[in-house]
Amino acid sequence: MDIKVNAPLSKEEASKLKAGDIVKITGTVYTARDAAHKRMLEQYDKTGKFPFDMRNAVIYYAGPAPAKPGQVIGPAGPTTSYRMDSFAPKLMDFGQTGMIGKGARNKEVIEAMKRNKAVYFAATGGAAALISSHIKKCEIIAYEDLGAEAVRKLYVEDFPAIVVIDTEGNNLYESEKEKYRTL
Amino acid sequence: MRDIDISKITEAVKNMCIKANIDLNDDIYKAMEKARENERSPIGCEMLSQLLKNADIAKTDRVAICQDTGMAVVFVTIGQEVHITGGLLKDAVNEGVRQGYNEGYLRKSVVKDPFIRVNSNDNTPAIIYIDLVEGDGLKIDVAPKGAGSENMSKIFMLKPADGIEGAKKAVLEAVEAAGPNPCPPMIVGVGCGGNFEMSAYLAKRALLRPVGLHSDKPHIREMEEELLEKINRTGIGPQGLGGNTTALAVNIESMATHIACMPVAVNIGCHVTRHTSCEL
Repeated sequence: MDIKVNAPLSKEEASKLKAGDIVKITGTVYTARDAAHKRMLEQYDKTGKFPFDMRNAVIYYAGPAPAKPGQVIGPAGPTTSYRMDSFAPKLMDFGQTGMIGKGARNKEVIEAMKRNKAVYFAATGGAAALISSHIKKCEIIAYEDLGAEAVRKLYVEDFPAIVVIDTEGNNLYESEKEKYRTL
Repeated sequence: MRDIDISKITEAVKNMCIKANIDLNDDIYKAMEKARENERSPIGCEMLSQLLKNADIAKTDRVAICQDTGMAVVFVTIGQEVHITGGLLKDAVNEGVRQGYNEGYLRKSVVKDPFIRVNSNDNTPAIIYIDLVEGDGLKIDVAPKGAGSENMSKIFMLKPADGIEGAKKAVLEAVEAAGPNPCPPMIVGVGCGGNFEMSAYLAKRALLRPVGLHSDKPHIREMEEELLEKINRTGIGPQGLGGNTTALAVNIESMATHIACMPVAVNIGCHVTRHTSCEL
């Protein structure tokens, strides 16, 4: 049975999620990847503000392809998360509670997740066309000049994901790999 | 001598950029279907089902399989009896990429400089390799390559003493280090021999080979089979969420090398490993 998750995500709700939970996310999430992360932190240093409320925010590491006429958004699957590892702990310290991406995270990220009660979800890498059908609204809210890397505010419905690392630091990538390893 | 106008090259490259990004190659689709039958992990099966469903949606709706529509890698194999008319071959290829990424609603993923990261906004320049061969044929392979898997690639400058076992160990090490990041199930391209940059080129070329087709060199074929079996016992599984489907194929290209050298390059491809070709 899939678990319904609302975004923005409170720390209390985040803490209930466990590694391995298959979830459907509904609500507002923001896209940001390499260049946008760098820019958001530079903006905060200069102005004391982020382009959106970081408290309880869920950030989707994604840079969509262009939308065809009549589409809300083009194909929009997750990008590899480790490239955001140097930025993510700071954003979690400012209140971010959810990350959606794919692939492994470093120790600093996992420590920040435990400290801040944040969750890391994996979306299916390369399932971009399928994922896009769950994105109902899309609006660029910052750094339009970055093109695919601009920050977008998305409204998602039943967005399919799996809790890979939970607020206690349990890591599905490691536990599942061990189960099937015969080398 | 045969004349070929650059407009034909541009048109062909444009169409191939679009096709490669939208239509998952049949060999990969069938390999994933077969893998799903043998996958022991329930999450792994679900991931493979999602990837197959995604490929179906992309094909039907004519949208890209993955939002990372890659940097266009273009291999031009040209007979020396061919005369290109109307302009420069490389310009024709880049124009095809420009048109294809625009008309196909494909993501522009190229920045002009590694440090001053401003998008070129048309996905050019392409990475172009030109191979001069005999005859009057012109073959073009287009292989848009995404960065998730490209970033997990590695080159090992091994010693001759490391032997074929050392080479296998290196490939396995690269795959284990990549883990969930390159969107498994992967296609593992390996280049052995040559020198530093040639091994990487061979590894890239190896990704053009269809899944299920092996090297015709017996010792290389054996190495491909053994590595595929071992990689699928790492437990990484589809999307790195556990299982016995980590790679669909290991394709190895090899060539002559220096008496002191044994380069082994590993170019990892994701589960969409795109490539298509045409002859003009």
